[in-house]
Amino acid sequence: MAKGSDIRNIDRRFIFVLVLAAVVWPLLHPLRLPMDISPPVQSVYDAVEAVPAGSIVMLAADYSPDTMPELQPMAETFIRHAFRRDLRIVVACLWPASPPLVEQALGPLSEEFGKEYGTDYVNLGYMAGGIVTLLGMGASIPETFPTDYGGTSVDEIPLMLEVENFDDIAFVMEVSAGTPGTREWVQQVQSRFRVNLASGTTAVGAPNFYPYVQSGQLTGLLGGLKGAAEYEILVGAPGDATSGMDAQSVVHALIVCFIIFGNIVYFVSRRSEKRLAQDV
Amino acid sequence: MRRVIPLAITFLIGMFMLVDFFVPHHVVSSAAAEMKQWGTIVIAASILLGVGNLIRVHYKKISRKQEGWGYSIVTLSVMVVMLFFGGPWGTIQEGSVFNWIFLNVQVPLQSTMFSLLAFFIASAAYRAFRLRSLEAGMLLVSAIIVMLGRVPLGQFLTRGLPEQATLPWLTETIMAYPNMAAFRGILMGAALGVMAMGLRVILGIERSYLGGDK
Amino acid sequence: MRRVFHILLVLLALIAPAAGSLEALEATPIIEETEPVLLDVVPPGPPCSLTVRDYLENSDFGDKIEIEWGLSPDDGSGACDVTGYILSRALAEGEVGEVLDEISSGVTRYIDESVEPGVEYYYNLVSHDGTSPSGRVWAGPTAGRANLFQWSRFSVLVLMVVFFAMVARFTAVAGKGAKLFVRRIPGLNAIEEAVGRATEMGRPVLYVPGIGEIDNIMTIASLNILSHVAKITARYDTPLIVPTARAVVMSAAEEVVKQAYTEVGNPDAYNPDNIRYLSDAQFAFAGAVNGIMLREKPAANLYMGAFWAESLLLAETGFEAGAIQVAGTAMVSQLPFFVTACDFTLMGEELYAASAYLSREPKLLGGLKGSDWMKVVSIALIAAGIIARAVGLESFVAWFQTQ
Repeated sequence: MAKGSDIRNIDRRFIFVLVLAAVVWPLLHPLRLPMDISPPVQSVYDAVEAVPAGSIVMLAADYSPDTMPELQPMAETFIRHAFRRDLRIVVACLWPASPPLVEQALGPLSEEFGKEYGTDYVNLGYMAGGIVTLLGMGASIPETFPTDYGGTSVDEIPLMLEVENFDDIAFVMEVSAGTPGTREWVQQVQSRFRVNLASGTTAVGAPNFYPYVQSGQLTGLLGGLKGAAEYEILVGAPGDATSGMDAQSVVHALIVCFIIFGNIVYFVSRRSEKRLAQDV
Repeated sequence: MRRVIPLAITFLIGMFMLVDFFVPHHVVSSAAAEMKQWGTIVIAASILLGVGNLIRVHYKKISRKQEGWGYSIVTLSVMVVMLFFGGPWGTIQEGSVFNWIFLNVQVPLQSTMFSLLAFFIASAAYRAFRLRSLEAGMLLVSAIIVMLGRVPLGQFLTRGLPEQATLPWLTETIMAYPNMAAFRGILMGAALGVMAMGLRVILGIERSYLGGDK
Repeated sequence: MRRVFHILLVLLALIAPAAGSLEALEATPIIEETEPVLLDVVPPGPPCSLTVRDYLENSDFGDKIEIEWGLSPDDGSGACDVTGYILSRALAEGEVGEVLDEISSGVTRYIDESVEPGVEYYYNLVSHDGTSPSGRVWAGPTAGRANLFQWSRFSVLVLMVVFFAMVARFTAVAGKGAKLFVRRIPGLNAIEEAVGRATEMGRPVLYVPGIGEIDNIMTIASLNILSHVAKITARYDTPLIVPTARAVVMSAAEEVVKQAYTEVGNPDAYNPDNIRYLSDAQFAFAGAVNGIMLREKPAANLYMGAFWAESLLLAETGFEAGAIQVAGTAMVSQLPFFVTACDFTLMGEELYAASAYLSREPKLLGGLKGSDWMKVVSIALIAAGIIARAVGLESFVAWFQTQ
C-alpha cells in the first residue's frame, strides 16, 4: 500500500494538528455534555455501596504509565468511594509499574479523608508470578506478599493482621490494562474463591470482558475513559475522566468529519479520473 | 540428539500440565505451581541475555560509527544510569532517584507514545473508511454510529428521539450482536487453532520454533 | 515458610478458645443488667447427632468438608426456642477451636470451604436460644481429600479426546499421501512477494514476532513462520531484521534464523546483530521498532504474533515509510488496526495454520484438517445447545458447564 501523491493521501501532519486542537480546546473550555450512566458502571457503584462500612476491600492495580489517562481516574475514584464509605483498602499489584502510580492517588486522598497508613489502607506493592501469585493469595495473602511496598513486614501492619486470604476481602476492584489482569482474576480467583469482583479496563480491552459481566463473574465493569467518567459522576467527584470525555466527544466528531471528507474527496477524484479517461 | 532432549522435555511437561487441568489433587497442583514458578524464574533470568544482546549490538554500532550511532550512545548511557541508581539505592522506594526518573521520564514518555494512537487512528480512519462497496459502506456507517454513540456527544445529538433511534442504543446493539458474534467466531476458531498447535508442539510434530527440523 | 505458617495456624487455634472464654467473662455483667426475671435459664437440647465427612459431590481440591447434624429437640418442636447453631472447628481433640459460623435454626447441613487439604479437623456444635447454649456435640477427625478427577471438567476431556482423535486420524491419512485441500490464504502468499520486492529494492525485511512471551502460543506460531521467512531471505541474500521485546524470544529467534540460513546453505549471510532485543516495555519497544523503520527503511514489514496497543503505532509508521506490510495475529481487538494499515492480514487461526500452509508438510496439514472438523462439531453443538435450551432440555446445556 504505497503512499500516493494525490489529495486522497493528504499530509497527515495536517490531520494531527486538528486532532491536537480537538483535544486541547475542550480541556480548556469544558462543554459539560450530559452523560447517562450505563448499567455495568452502575453495578460497580452499587456493589461498593453494598459493602458494610469497616470491611476490607482490595484494589488490584495492574497497569503501567501508558494507560494512566484511562485507568488512573478509575483507581482514584474507587479509593475516594471506599474512603468515603469507611472501607479499608489493601492494594496489590501484578505489574511492576503499578505501585508508584497507586501511591500517587493514595497520598492526597488519604490526607483529604484523614486516613492512616497501616490501619485504614496498605499498599502491598508488586509481586511477580502472575497467575501463580493469584493462586498464592487464595491460600495466604500475607505469605504471598510478606512485605508492603515500603518494605515493612506485613506482620507489623495492623490492617494486614485481619487479612488471611480472599475470605477476608469483601470486594475486589481490578483495574487492568492487559495480562496478567482481569481475565486472570476472573478465571483464577473469581471462579475458584467466589470473590466479589469488578473490573476497570481500557476502552480497547473492555469488549473482551463484557461476556464476564453477562455471566455474573464480574459484578460490574468500567470500560475506558467513559466508564471512568460515569463512575466519577456517580461518586460525585467529576475529575480528569469527566473533562476528558468532552475532548473525546470532539475528537470522535472530528474523525467522523475526516471520514466524510475523505469520501467526498474520493468520489470527486474518481469522477474526475473517469472524465479524464473518457476525454483521452 | 540435539532435538530429542528438548522434544522429550516439551512432551513430558506439556502432558503434565494437561493432567493438572483434570486432576484436582493437591500433589499435582502444587507440583504444577512449582513448575510455573520455575518458568517465571527462567524468564526473569533471561533478561541478562537481552542486556548482553543490547550491549553487543549498540557497542558495535558505536565503534564502527554506523549511521545513527549517536542514538546507541543515548540507549547505553540511559541503561547505565538506571542500573547505577537502581542498584544501591533501590528501585521502587518512594523518594529514590530511580523512582523519580520513572515518574518524571518514563511515565510521560510512555503516555506520549500511547496517546500517539489517537493521531494515528485519525489518519488511518481518514484513509481506510471509503465507500468502495456495499460491505465497505456498512462498515463505514457502523463505524460512525459507534464512534458517536460511545461519547456523550452521541447522546446529546439524538436526545428526545425514541430509545431505539438513539446513537447509544444503536451502538450497544451493534457491539452486543453483530460485533460480538464475529468476535466470538474468530475467537473460537483461534482457540481451536491454539489447541491444534499445542498438540502439534507437545507431540513434536511442529518443531521449527526449536530452530529447524533436523 | 510453609511450615512456619502451619505452626502459626496451630498456635492460633490454641489461643482462640482462651480468647473466647475471656470474651464470655466480659459479656456476663451485661446479661445481669437486663431484667433477670425474663431470662430463659433453661438451655435448649443439644443437636441430636453430628457427622462430618470429606465433601465428594463436586470434585473439590480437598478444601471442603461436609458437616451434617440432627436438629435439637427444641428446634421446631419441644420448647421451640432454638434460634440457631454455633459450629466450631479445632485441630486437636477436646478443643472448642475457632467459631466457623452461626447457622440459623432448621438448617442441618454446612459445607466448610476453608480447610487445608489433608489436615485433620475436629468439629463441635451447640444449639442456643439467644441466652444460653446447649451442651456440645463432637465429631471428627476428618480431613479434606482432593479427588483424583475433576468431574466438572469431564465434558472438556470428552471434547478434547474427540479433537485429538480427529487430528491423529487426519495426520495418519495425510502421512499415507492423501491430498488434503487447503484454501488459498492470500496473506501467506504475499510474504514471498514482499521479500522478493525487498530484494529487488536492495532493502531489508523487518520481522516483528509480537511482544508476547515465549509461553504465548502466538509467539510459537510466529517463530514457525519466521523459520520460513528466514529461508526465503537466506536464498535471496536479503537482510532480515528481527526486533524482539522478550529476551527468551530473542534467543529462540536467533536459533531459528541461524538454522534456516544453514539449511538453505547460506550460513555466512546470517548476521547475529540483526536479531535484536529492544525493550520489555511495550511503548519503548514500539518506539524503537518505528526508529528502525525510519532509519533502516525495510521494504517489507511482517508483524506476526501477539500484539496489543502498539499494533497501529507500528503499522501506521510502516505505511508512512512505504513498506509492503503483512500482519497476522489472534488478538481480536488489534485486528481492525492491522486490517486498516496493512496490505494483508492473517486473522486468528490463519496465524496458526501458517506453518502447515507454508511447509505443506502432511503431518501439519492433518492437524489443520482436524481443527476444521472440530469446528464443524462445535457449530453442531452450538445449534444443539440452542435447540436444547429452547425445548427446556437444561441437562444437555448443564453437561457443558465447567468449573
